Amino acid sequence: MNPFALEPLGDSALLIRLGDRIDATTNRSALALAELLRSAALPGIRDIAPAYASVCVHYDLAVLAKDASTRSPYQLAAEWIGEMTAKFLEDGAAGTGVQIGEVPMLEVPVCYGGEFGPDLGDVATHAGVDQRTVIDGHASGDYRVAMLGFMPGFPYLLGLDESLHAPRRASPRTRVPAGSVAIGGAQTGIYPRELPGGWQLIGRTPLALFDPERERPALLHPGQRVRFRAIDADEFAALKR
Amino acid sequence: MSVRVLSPGWLTSVQDSGRIGHAAIGVGRAGAMDDVALRLANALVGNAENAAAFEITLRGPRLRFDSNALIALTGAAIDARCETQEIPPWRPVWIQAGSELDLGSMRRGARSYLAIAGGIDVAPVLGSCSTDINAALGPFGGRGLVAGDDVPIGTTADDRLSPSWTALGGRRTGDRDGHEGVVTAHWSLDPQPWFDARGDLPVALARGSHFENLDRSSRRTLFASEFRVGNESNRVGYRLEGAKLRLEPTLELISEGVAPGTMQLPPNGNPIVLMAEAPTTGGYPRIGMVATVDLPRLAQRRPGDHVRFVETSLAEAQTRYLQRERALAALIHAIHERLKR
Repeated sequence: MNPFALEPLGDSALLIRLGDRIDATTNRSALALAELLRSAALPGIRDIAPAYASVCVHYDLAVLAKDASTRSPYQLAAEWIGEMTAKFLEDGAAGTGVQIGEVPMLEVPVCYGGEFGPDLGDVATHAGVDQRTVIDGHASGDYRVAMLGFMPGFPYLLGLDESLHAPRRASPRTRVPAGSVAIGGAQTGIYPRELPGGWQLIGRTPLALFDPERERPALLHPGQRVRFRAIDADEFAALKR
Repeated sequence: MSVRVLSPGWLTSVQDSGRIGHAAIGVGRAGAMDDVALRLANALVGNAENAAAFEITLRGPRLRFDSNALIALTGAAIDARCETQEIPPWRPVWIQAGSELDLGSMRRGARSYLAIAGGIDVAPVLGSCSTDINAALGPFGGRGLVAGDDVPIGTTADDRLSPSWTALGGRRTGDRDGHEGVVTAHWSLDPQPWFDARGDLPVALARGSHFENLDRSSRRTLFASEFRVGNESNRVGYRLEGAKLRLEPTLELISEGVAPGTMQLPPNGNPIVLMAEAPTTGGYPRIGMVATVDLPRLAQRRPGDHVRFVETSLAEAQTRYLQRERALAALIHAIHERLKR
């Protein structure tokens, strides 16, 4: 059985830690465990959010206190969640009947370089290749959404080819345009709206990453497969309309 | 009915008790910074305690009411006038259609709450009417209110908005130019248990996941020294200045969940306490966790104010929260009974 650890995150949340590294296997476990906990619909559980190698569970301690008797609400939550996590890790995701990765793969069109990706040149220089090679490398990758965080709809993607890893900018930008596709170390992500940011910008997508008016506000979801397709400025403008 | 914003003050936004259930897509809770003050303001006008109301920061707005309204002010002590009448806080006050409410500076604290009977009636965004300014999510495009905004107010089922309504048991005061004025309840809440009027009570802090990674002197300093609330502090986080804290050795972490109350330590050594607009994930070491019950107290400190942390345990933090919830529920019940008379 894989080890796991539970720890309090303040007095109204806890973290289930399945590992301390970014890797696809641990992340798939975290996503499946989050799904299992969500489907269990335990009373007093307010929110469940997976991350790279952990799951965050927010609870309403006034609701849990009613069932806790002599224990604290945290002890009760930790007991429930600890038991479910232990069983989940024993049986594996398949044994629990939880299905993940059902969301269909999404192709994200990206206009690379130029004003859309002002750091493409720096990333190429860092990798010791030309810009075309960076574009081909990035657009041919097979990515998976590890988690959303930082901002509504901001996806952290796994699967960036090692040759494209690039350090963050020495001085962060105060304004990164919405839709910017960026590399920060081993991670690649997409800015859902104009924000400050320190990642290297290699391109931009015309798709809206987050729109609260949509039935599914976030364009991408944890576990979803993503591929990028290089487009030119004309297609960017056409898709933006 | 609606309220016209004539001037917004420093920052006035629509807030309720927050957005729950969307952390997996990166949507945080937001909601009132001092949720106790929000709930009591709502109770005083007969609203559900989590109804949407105005959160006023540091300096108040000027508002015009197009109908009769029952209002209540709680939280930070703010100068409040309606035409020539002074509006006392922590009680229901009836004001007449056409009145202008002028909210000024705060004598103590950083956030006042203005609730209006019927509540602010805006379409919920992902289940909540709170404004997440950092994420630009919520009513009015997720921004603070600006001059010219018309803020819709819900209707109330009873006769609370009629000037003949006597439940206030109050005194009606008119003024010389014929303004019918203001009816002020003769009773009010004692703010003392709910608002730290001197602004010097300590804030309870439990050890965070990475507390043990602080060096020895930093572990001591965290609970022994006084921090200053930095000027960059806002609804996302309070940046604390003072003695620098150090990790030994430094930690490289991957992003995982954070919550309001999480105290992070970025590399510059100045801790940040995440507040109502906390993001859902973060990658800095978590050295402490402010007790949820004390977040309103911290939220009422303004930039330049000082804060001391006193160590608490998780069990004690939960017990104090539950005690407060019981006291608050009893008080809110009593207010509703009082309003029925």
